[in-house]
Amino acid sequence: MRKIIKFKNKPKILSSASVVGKKENRGPLSKYFDIHDETDKFGQKTFEQAESEMQRLALNLALSKIKTPQKNIEAVFAGDLMNQCTGSSYGLASFGIPYFGLYGACSTAAEGLILSGMTVNSGIYEKVACLSSSHNSSAERQFRFPLEYGNQRPPTAQWTATAAAAFIIGKEDTEEFKSYACLAEALAGKIIDKGISDANNMGAAMAPAAADTILRFFSQNKHSPEDFDLIVTGDLGYEGHSICKEILADEGLKLGDNFNDCGKLIFDKETQDTHSGGSGCGCSASVTAGYIMEGFKNGIFRDVLLVGTGALMSPMSIQQGLSIAGIGHLIRISAVDKNEE
Amino acid sequence: MNKSNDEYKKYVERHAVPSPIVSNCVKAFLVGGTICCMGQVLFLLYKNVLEMSEINARALVSATLIFGAILLTGFDVFDDIAKFGGAGTLVPITGFANAVVAPALDTKAEGWILGVGAKLFTISGPVILYGTLASAVYGTVYYIVMLIMR
Repeated sequence: MRKIIKFKNKPKILSSASVVGKKENRGPLSKYFDIHDETDKFGQKTFEQAESEMQRLALNLALSKIKTPQKNIEAVFAGDLMNQCTGSSYGLASFGIPYFGLYGACSTAAEGLILSGMTVNSGIYEKVACLSSSHNSSAERQFRFPLEYGNQRPPTAQWTATAAAAFIIGKEDTEEFKSYACLAEALAGKIIDKGISDANNMGAAMAPAAADTILRFFSQNKHSPEDFDLIVTGDLGYEGHSICKEILADEGLKLGDNFNDCGKLIFDKETQDTHSGGSGCGCSASVTAGYIMEGFKNGIFRDVLLVGTGALMSPMSIQQGLSIAGIGHLIRISAVDKNEE
Repeated sequence: MNKSNDEYKKYVERHAVPSPIVSNCVKAFLVGGTICCMGQVLFLLYKNVLEMSEINARALVSATLIFGAILLTGFDVFDDIAKFGGAGTLVPITGFANAVVAPALDTKAEGWILGVGAKLFTISGPVILYGTLASAVYGTVYYIVMLIMR
C-alpha cells in the first residue's frame, strides 16, 4: 500500500495569487481572482506568450503580497499544457529561480504543491514557489481546432480555463505576514486508464483516477468525508464529477454537499455556455489560489482536500486511437492553527 | 472501480448527456436553408437584374457566399453562427470557406511558410484530397457506363 505523505513540519502557504481571462472574470468566482485581462492577451502578441505572461504576473504578485524578493525563493515547480511546457519556461525565465518543469496535465497544481510540500517539509528548501497555467486559446489551438473554426461541442465537452496561479510555500512565516493555511498531507495519484478515448469526455476519463486516490486516502486513515469543509476535484466537470461520485458510492464512500469540483465552480453553467464545466491546469490552480485560500483567510475553510485531476493524453495519442489515462493527486490543506493528526 | 474497461465505457455512454439531436436538426435545417435561400436570391439577382449568363451567375453566387463566410470568420462571428447552426453552416460552401480561413488566421504567428502555408489545409485538406479522389472514381464509372450505354 502506498502511504499517505504526512507533512510533519506543516509547510505553510505563505502567499497565493491568481491571474485569469475575461470569461473567468465574468464567472461566479470573479471576486476571488487578483488580476484579469479583458482581451485575454495580457499585452502580448500571441496567446501562447500571453500564457507565459500570466505566469510571470502570478509569481510577481504572489511575491509582492508578502514583500519577498525573488532571490529568497530557492526553487520553482511549474507546468502547463503547452508543448514542452513553454508557458512556464518562458514565463519564469526572467526570475532566475532554479526551475523544475512539471507535466501532470491539469493535475499540475496539485503535483507542484505536493513536491513543494515534500521539499520544504524535509528541510531541503526554506521557500519555494509552485505555479501552473492554462489558456483557452492556446489549448484550443493545440488540442482541438483553430479558434475561428465553426463547430458544435457535445454536452460532455469542457472549457479550458484561461487562468494561472502561483503559490509560495515556506517553512516559516515572514515577519510581516501571517499565513492561514498549510499543507498537511498528500497522496500521489496513479495512472489509471479505463479505456475512454473520447477527447470530448475528459471527465469520464479522469473520474476513476480521482476516485481511486480518494478511496486510498480514506482507507488509510480515520477521517471521514464529513471531517472536511470541502473535498474538491480539479476539473472533472459536471459529467466526470457525477461519475466520480457514483463510483465512490458504489465502493461504499458516500460524499455529501462538501464534495465539489473546481471545473464546476469556476464557470456558471447556465449563462457561460461552458457545457460540462471548466478544465485546464489553471482551473484548479486559480480556484485554489483564489477561492479556497480566501476561505482559509476568512475561517470558512479549516480543512480542505484538493484532488488535482489530469488527463494524460496528446493530440497524437488520440489520433492513434489510444485511450486517455487519468491521474488524481491529492493534497490536504489545513488551517495553520488546526491541531490534530 | 472494479468494472472492466468495456463495462465502464458502456456506463459512461449511458451516463453522458446526449446532444440535443432534434433541436440541432431543426436549427441546421433553418440555418442551412437560409444560406441556400440567400444563394437562390443572389442567383436570381445576378441573372435577372445584372443580366448575367446562368453559368456566370452560379459562379458568382458561390464566390459571394465564400466571401461572406470569410468576412464573418474574420469578424469573429462565423463560429457563433456555426455553434448555433451546426451542419447547417458546415455543409454549404460557407463551412468550407471557414475551414480554410480559420487555420490561416490562427497560424499567422508561426509565419507565412510553416504557419499559414503549411497549416492552411489542416481541416479542409482531407476534404479536397478525398473529394478529388471520389470525383475521379465517379468520372471513371460514368465513362464506363456511357461506353456500355452506347
